Amino acid sequence: MPDDMIRIASIVCAAVAVSFGAIGPGLAEGRAVAAAMDAIARQPEAAGTLSRTLFVGLAMIETMAIYCLVVALLLLYANPYVVR
Amino acid sequence: MTAINPLAAAVLFHLGPVPISPTVATTWAIMAGLAGGARLLTRRLADRPGRAQAALEAVIEAVVGQIEATLRQPPRPYLPLIGTLFLFILACNLSPALPGVTAPTARIETTGALALIVFLATHVYGIRALGLRRYLAHYVQPSPLLAPLTFLSEGTRTFALMVRLFGNVMSHELVLAVLLGLAGLLLPVPIMALGLLIGAVQAYIFAVLAAVFVGAAVGAVENG
Repeated sequence: MPDDMIRIASIVCAAVAVSFGAIGPGLAEGRAVAAAMDAIARQPEAAGTLSRTLFVGLAMIETMAIYCLVVALLLLYANPYVVR
Repeated sequence: MTAINPLAAAVLFHLGPVPISPTVATTWAIMAGLAGGARLLTRRLADRPGRAQAALEAVIEAVVGQIEATLRQPPRPYLPLIGTLFLFILACNLSPALPGVTAPTARIETTGALALIVFLATHVYGIRALGLRRYLAHYVQPSPLLAPLTFLSEGTRTFALMVRLFGNVMSHELVLAVLLGLAGLLLPVPIMALGLLIGAVQAYIFAVLAAVFVGAAVGAVENG
């Protein structure tokens, strides 16, 4: 029975981890893209450098969301507290 | 439920006592394809390039241009590592376009190996560029108190490199699997097209980040 409770809690926590973990990076990526658009509009000749650094920055921000995803997957598929 | 477990390993066949997973077989096929293709295309290099050589030169020029723009240094020494990483990951990420093939980069072992290569390569390039003493000295550079933080950041950035590629490719395959279970035959097609785009962007990001890390080690760019 306690095993079942752990399973239920794991599923709920996985959903919570992904949903809340997506909020912060979503806002941050929106701000980063907006700032880059602004900069490109002001200085179109710098578009190459800007988009390259934007991609790298977005990858860094995105990592946070992916950490949450990995935690959720660990909870669902490789939970160490569930006895097989 | 276990059929789409992204962390479990399947076994295709056994090579002696060693189990070979479909991932490893796909990786071997991609390696053979890339190496064989490169050998075939560079066998007869001409001053007036034919169609295939021109395409190959365009790819190499693009990679060289990106490395140069990132490092602001002569890009030749870094081309073998960065270019091979980019082409290999691109091939891996685009391989699910073939029916029955899953991307090797959707497995954490593959991306872990790639991140480990980048981790070791940064040190090799750093020592080769600066010499052992000066390279080690940059760990204690502003203050020895910061050395633990530098070590920590090197570990986490390698881990992030591994998880980023794995998470992006794998999560996409998971979404596809769920969508295929929910809806019928044609609905996943646009999502698959999006997956090819994501795969190309992730290959580019991995290569650029590897270039940034190597550049930081040789003292060319600020730490990413």
